[in-house]
Amino acid sequence: MSTYPNGTNVPPTASVTHVLEFEKPIAKMEHEIHRLDALQAESGRDYSEVIAGIRGQLHNALRQSYAKLTAWEKVLVARHPRRPLTRDYIRMITQDFCELHGDKSYSDDQAVVCGFARLAGHRVMLIGHQKGRETREKIEVNFGCAHPDGYRKALHKMQIAAKFKVPVVCLVDTPGAYPGVEAEERGIARAIAVNLMEMSRLPTPIVAVVIGEGGSGGALGIAVADQVAVMEHAYYSVISPEGCAAILWKSGEYAAQAAEALRLTPQELKRLDLIDAIIPEPLGAAHRDPEVAAKSVSEWIGATLRDLRRLKTETLLRRRYERIRKLGSAFTQPKPLDGKPARRRGRARTAPAAEER
Amino acid sequence: MPESVGQPRRHVDIPQGLWIRCVQCGAMIYRRILEEGLHVCPECDYHYRIDARTRIAQLNDPGTFEEFLPDLESSDPLQFTDRVGYRERLAKTKEETGDTEAIVVGKGFIKGRPVIMGAMNPFFIMGSMGAVVGEKVAAAAERAVNESLPLVMVTCSGGARMMEGMVSLAQMAKTAAAVAKLDESGGLYIVVMADPTTAGVAASFAFLGDVTLAEPGALIGFAGPRVIANTIKTTLPEGFQKAEFMLEHGFVDRIVHRRDLRSEIARIIDYCNK
Repeated sequence: MSTYPNGTNVPPTASVTHVLEFEKPIAKMEHEIHRLDALQAESGRDYSEVIAGIRGQLHNALRQSYAKLTAWEKVLVARHPRRPLTRDYIRMITQDFCELHGDKSYSDDQAVVCGFARLAGHRVMLIGHQKGRETREKIEVNFGCAHPDGYRKALHKMQIAAKFKVPVVCLVDTPGAYPGVEAEERGIARAIAVNLMEMSRLPTPIVAVVIGEGGSGGALGIAVADQVAVMEHAYYSVISPEGCAAILWKSGEYAAQAAEALRLTPQELKRLDLIDAIIPEPLGAAHRDPEVAAKSVSEWIGATLRDLRRLKTETLLRRRYERIRKLGSAFTQPKPLDGKPARRRGRARTAPAAEER
Repeated sequence: MPESVGQPRRHVDIPQGLWIRCVQCGAMIYRRILEEGLHVCPECDYHYRIDARTRIAQLNDPGTFEEFLPDLESSDPLQFTDRVGYRERLAKTKEETGDTEAIVVGKGFIKGRPVIMGAMNPFFIMGSMGAVVGEKVAAAAERAVNESLPLVMVTCSGGARMMEGMVSLAQMAKTAAAVAKLDESGGLYIVVMADPTTAGVAASFAFLGDVTLAEPGALIGFAGPRVIANTIKTTLPEGFQKAEFMLEHGFVDRIVHRRDLRSEIARIIDYCNK
């Protein structure tokens, strides 16, 4: 993978292109700063005071708008075209990445990237969805929507990791598993199900970080772990807000309402006790300063793996099972919400099978 | 995600009345004949959707089924509201179905063989899985481990229950982890896929059986057919995602007519008896 046109390993910042609606005033200030910077360099005149003033305003505007993002705005930020992707994190936080291809069964699904890497002082097996940035890459990686082959590839690499006691790090970033004819023919449901089962008992530490989009079963297929974190401006949802709106509101136009109702932000997920940590992002989100975002991801993974690696495998697996087993249990209760018990149907409404005992 | 799939929307059961017109072949069928035939059309073998308690009565030896966790209900973790509140939706569904959730689990006997069994109710919010369904599936798998009994799950579901958001997605992990425990204990897990077995339920405990049976014509898959058709912008192949299609592609062990389910399950239990 080549570096970006700006000559670094970091995607160009948001100020250049792709402005979200709520960011328009922010973009205007960023643009003004760039303009004055250029003017200053060209003319040799001193605009530093003006620039400092705008920077102050910009800082406040960013702080204010990012402190009160709606659920839908979070979704938009999580999908921001300049938000760092799995391969960006690989460049920014790992050394000596050794990519391992193929599911050894059918294909090498480009929507899932796997390989050995060194990360925050650990040897790890890194697994991540890759959504792609430029059009050609997006098509190559199918927009991060994996086929069954991608899930089998991920599991195959995790099993190699387990054999050699290498911890697994999963970076989750997908709109969802691919809804297509071939995916069904090759058993996408079974592929995801098997990953959930095997990850629940894989005898090596697993950590998962939702770095952008946590889209439904396609995300969960590589996100069963000992510790799960979601980045501050990422989301994780049972269904896309658009899909939910189409079904329950009968129109995709209600996506913002659906996003709110689904409680898909990391802050809500933490409150529901479904995730373990929220990884902070730089002011104005990861796309404004990918290196700073990458540093927090690396620090969380490093510290979390340090703790997990101290545990005996038996303890690790027992805790993992207990963690998974209690997900959502607090929301089941042995009494009805409306105060009256359901009217039980006294009899089954069909004849039992002709008795042939 | 619950979604209506491939069959006319039905309420608790087939329509009232002595005579019923088959939705597939159009034949007029005497109601009692349909019921005695386990809700399978005697003319065309169309397998009607049936609720969990009807299923349990059909599969178990009469009077042997003992239910677990019958009163477990959802506490509406998200305080979810779309055009109607989830609480209202639950209350209405409870009223219509006479049941508390989309699955019934317990212990029963099939031709004298003790089993832990779960059966889903496709009429309870599309048989969708929220915290209660996940909890009951996990509890059933744990009971199967503790009592060293086979687990038989009859699945019919539109998937995860979106009104419980990520709580419902997490149930996929929970049920799969519980099935892993059963697998490690050496226990037998038989899945019977009924119409429809899709999305989050297909992609978790439904597709993890040691032996996977399916009823003829059952819709089985991950993404809903309409979603796929919208994505690829073309019509889907004939028979796509039906049980027969899944058999052909290697994801189902046997297709079994409803009248043969008891004997087939008993036979598999006997083959796997250690």
